[in-house]
Amino acid sequence: MKFGVIVFPGSNCDRDMAYVTRDVLGQSTRMIWHQETDLSDCDVVVIPGGFSYGDYLRCGAIARFSPIMRSVREHAQQGKYVLGVCNGFQVLTEVGLLPGALVRNRDLHFICDRVPLKVERTDLPWTQAYTPQEVITIPIAHGEGRYHADEDTLKALEDNQQVVFRYCDAHGNLTPESNPNGSLNHIAGIVNETGNVLGMMPHPERASDPLLKAVDGFKLFTGLLSVPLAI
Amino acid sequence: MSAPFSPQEIAAEGLKPQEYEEIVHRLGRHPNKAELGMFGVMWSEHCCYKNSRPLLGQFPTTGEHILVGPGENAGIVDLGDGLHLAFKIESHNHPSAIEPFQGAATGVGGILRDIFTMGARPIAILNSLRFGTLDNARTRRIFSGVVEGISHYGNCVGVPTVGGEVYFDPAYTGNPLVNAMALGIMETSEIVKAGAVGVGNPVLYVGSTTGRDGMGGASFASSELTDQSMDDRPAVQVGDPFLEKSLIEACLEAFKTGAVASAQDMGAAGITCSTSEMAAKGGVGIELDLDKIPVRETGMVPYEYLLSESQERMLFVAHKGREQELIDIFHRWGLQAVMAGEVIEEPIVRILFQGEVAAEIPATALADNTPIYHRELLAEAPDYAQKAWQWTRADLPACDGLGITVGGEALSWGAVLLRLLDSPSLASKRWVYRQYDHQVQNNTVLLPGGADAAVIRIRPQEPIPNVSATAFTKGVAATTDCNARYVYLDPYEGAKAAVAEAARNLSCVGAQPLAVTDNLNFGSPEHPVGYWQLAKACEGIAEACGEFGTPVTGGNVSLYNETLDSEGKPQAIYPTPVIGMVGLVPDVTRLCGQGWQEAGDLIYLIGSPTVTLGGSEYLALVHGTVAGLPPRVDFEAERRVQEVCREGIYQGWLRSAHDCAEGGLGVAVAECCLAGELGAEISLEGSGDLRWDEVLFGEGGARIVVSVSPEFQALWEDYARSLLGEGVWLLGTVRATANLRVFTSNQETLLDVSMKELGDRWHWALERRLTL
Repeated sequence: MKFGVIVFPGSNCDRDMAYVTRDVLGQSTRMIWHQETDLSDCDVVVIPGGFSYGDYLRCGAIARFSPIMRSVREHAQQGKYVLGVCNGFQVLTEVGLLPGALVRNRDLHFICDRVPLKVERTDLPWTQAYTPQEVITIPIAHGEGRYHADEDTLKALEDNQQVVFRYCDAHGNLTPESNPNGSLNHIAGIVNETGNVLGMMPHPERASDPLLKAVDGFKLFTGLLSVPLAI
Repeated sequence: MSAPFSPQEIAAEGLKPQEYEEIVHRLGRHPNKAELGMFGVMWSEHCCYKNSRPLLGQFPTTGEHILVGPGENAGIVDLGDGLHLAFKIESHNHPSAIEPFQGAATGVGGILRDIFTMGARPIAILNSLRFGTLDNARTRRIFSGVVEGISHYGNCVGVPTVGGEVYFDPAYTGNPLVNAMALGIMETSEIVKAGAVGVGNPVLYVGSTTGRDGMGGASFASSELTDQSMDDRPAVQVGDPFLEKSLIEACLEAFKTGAVASAQDMGAAGITCSTSEMAAKGGVGIELDLDKIPVRETGMVPYEYLLSESQERMLFVAHKGREQELIDIFHRWGLQAVMAGEVIEEPIVRILFQGEVAAEIPATALADNTPIYHRELLAEAPDYAQKAWQWTRADLPACDGLGITVGGEALSWGAVLLRLLDSPSLASKRWVYRQYDHQVQNNTVLLPGGADAAVIRIRPQEPIPNVSATAFTKGVAATTDCNARYVYLDPYEGAKAAVAEAARNLSCVGAQPLAVTDNLNFGSPEHPVGYWQLAKACEGIAEACGEFGTPVTGGNVSLYNETLDSEGKPQAIYPTPVIGMVGLVPDVTRLCGQGWQEAGDLIYLIGSPTVTLGGSEYLALVHGTVAGLPPRVDFEAERRVQEVCREGIYQGWLRSAHDCAEGGLGVAVAECCLAGELGAEISLEGSGDLRWDEVLFGEGGARIVVSVSPEFQALWEDYARSLLGEGVWLLGTVRATANLRVFTSNQETLLDVSMKELGDRWHWALERRLTL
């Protein structure tokens, strides 16, 4: 499986992602500069964390207009896989591949921590290696990660079971204290209706290396590897 | 001819009358306004170390691992396997006092540039921070602003902020200390140096544009803060971490082409400093045309160009004919890059503006041949110290196994422990490090708050064909340390203790100490007491770095850390020589944090039995007394206990290790409980004539608390006793119970505190004070 990792000038988790896909998973991985437009060789496109173009205006607001994002949209429309992590999730909502928006954290501070997540669906390529309702621990690191959407959008997300990860406590309960940033419905990650585009604020690539004693994100990648290349 | 400047104009550049005479002497004429400004910044303490240089000369600077010592942008040590580590510490104290957010942010930006200018990719940031006490509204604003500034800059550039220290003491009210340390792994095969080479080679200006921000920041940083300092806010720079991130990538890419002959970042004193230092180090001259410099505002005069401290800018000397290649790289990253001058034979800095020579100064007069002040050292310790040394433990009220009565209030030892854990300097710094991205780059092996030092896994920055990056298991440990109260009470012993503690903290995670970068934060050297503190501390650092085999590879000097109150009376900070130390972890799968790992593990104290309450946290906090002689460093005992700790970790016998620092054994054991979320039962001998508060909270070096799995008890004890003799005490056992219990040897309870109480005090101490 070939991974393409998009590199905006302000991306800063691009190398971390490539370290996991290339070095840990042993998959072919290409770094894709934001001014490129050809993604046809990639099976999975990853938009990594970081600050795309500085994000002084609004996270991902400028990235939306970059040349590569047009190709990412086409890639997604072909049913191929797109993963947006952290800033990548923000970019995916800005370009409209995923609904809703990520706004300033409830307590206004940047949060870097390890948080429990509940895996809500395991019938997706992304999550099939997890067990249903499994509680996993994945690092987060964001200042604007509070998921927000209007009521209708939120209802549609829930009705279509598009919420893939939710912030929870160690036992899987959705307590107020277990919601680190104030996200609506504890949403940490969602897919589009067809399930091929996943956006999540937590960083699975930061929990995929046994040496760092954090491996709960690894199944997301191994799950992906065991599916046929086209949906 | 009389001077074309009034004494006030000369003083406004931070120059003294006799220094002006020296300038005229070196130039053979009077300077013009722009030249005067250039001398003003380059002859500031920040740039030329005129007060500290004679003292810094005694530091050991060479050793088998040292590739680059002082004098370049950063020091470099050899980690083996072709991996080279660049590291450096720098202060941004005065800007942070005036504009905390930008002051701290640009402090981070500046130290990162020192690292990548050498050709290294930054891999970690640490911060050593000191503030007044949080009952002061302005201090709360400075504290939260500094943390937010560091968070803003470090998170965006994608370098993990993995460790450091935060202290609160009235001594820093109005003059916080913000020291940032950065580490980087060399990404280019050659180390990029600063000396300009090759007459006729083009000089490239790259990065951001030049504006009027940060005018004269170096001079500003080298004088006392006053009530009027708020008006100096233009002397504080404004940072753009996104630009810096692009600059890192563009610079590393540019260096790899081999087209860059030398490079220097524009930090303090901007264009003035970079041109003169590059020229002086290369023994050549540089001619620079200001009309070529990209600007962010119009109407600037040479004085402003030359003294601007706009951030995210660098100066390159390129190999002639290859400049376009470099310019293209910077443009691709959306950055400025222009040919702004060339290397010339005559060793001068010549600045052109609108077709005329705006300044022309011998490069060495700015960068090398600068004033040096040899000041007289007080023959005896100053009065304040002599008076403090009179204190003895006999001045304390009596105590027994139950507790102590202070000012009419009866305190149990449990209550004393809780009070110590609630003190912001000792309490959890989670509120701080949670705002820093400490995991980006996927190499953070030990997370902040869990160990005595930060540990970063090292892997090559570029993919090596046929070698998986997962095969690399070496690591680097880093720490910053200084107990400034010790240094205040006894600068020589206190500075030695800072080096010893840094080495001990590295040893507690299993790392072999390698080298030091130091940040000397002191008051005015023009004051005899200030100079005595500085000189004595330097002596202590020099001796200790020699004893531990950790040479000093560079650092930073920040003097004049005093605030003038409304009556104009100087208030000096505690002398604070922060020691940044790096160490090598041979295998990151063999490490220790400070928290207990498993119920049933055996708890030992190893090292020295000697403790004192002199200069202790307990004495300051519970008795309101800053006095006494702080602990003396026993180098032999330190080296031995550190070696035993490292070996115990490497052999896998130790499951946790934590040194006894502020708050002594009592606080250390409580911190092990908190970090491991496990209780403990220990018993302490009331050995000899020690008071119970000395046993519980007395401080001393060379003391480490470790926990050991019972299966290794015999192996471990045999080994430890073979090196430490009597200095191995089995204190008790890690317990799954929800309490920390401390007994006397005849089973009387000294202290019994629930984990919940410990946690409530320790976890939320900062938040409680910030949400007043």
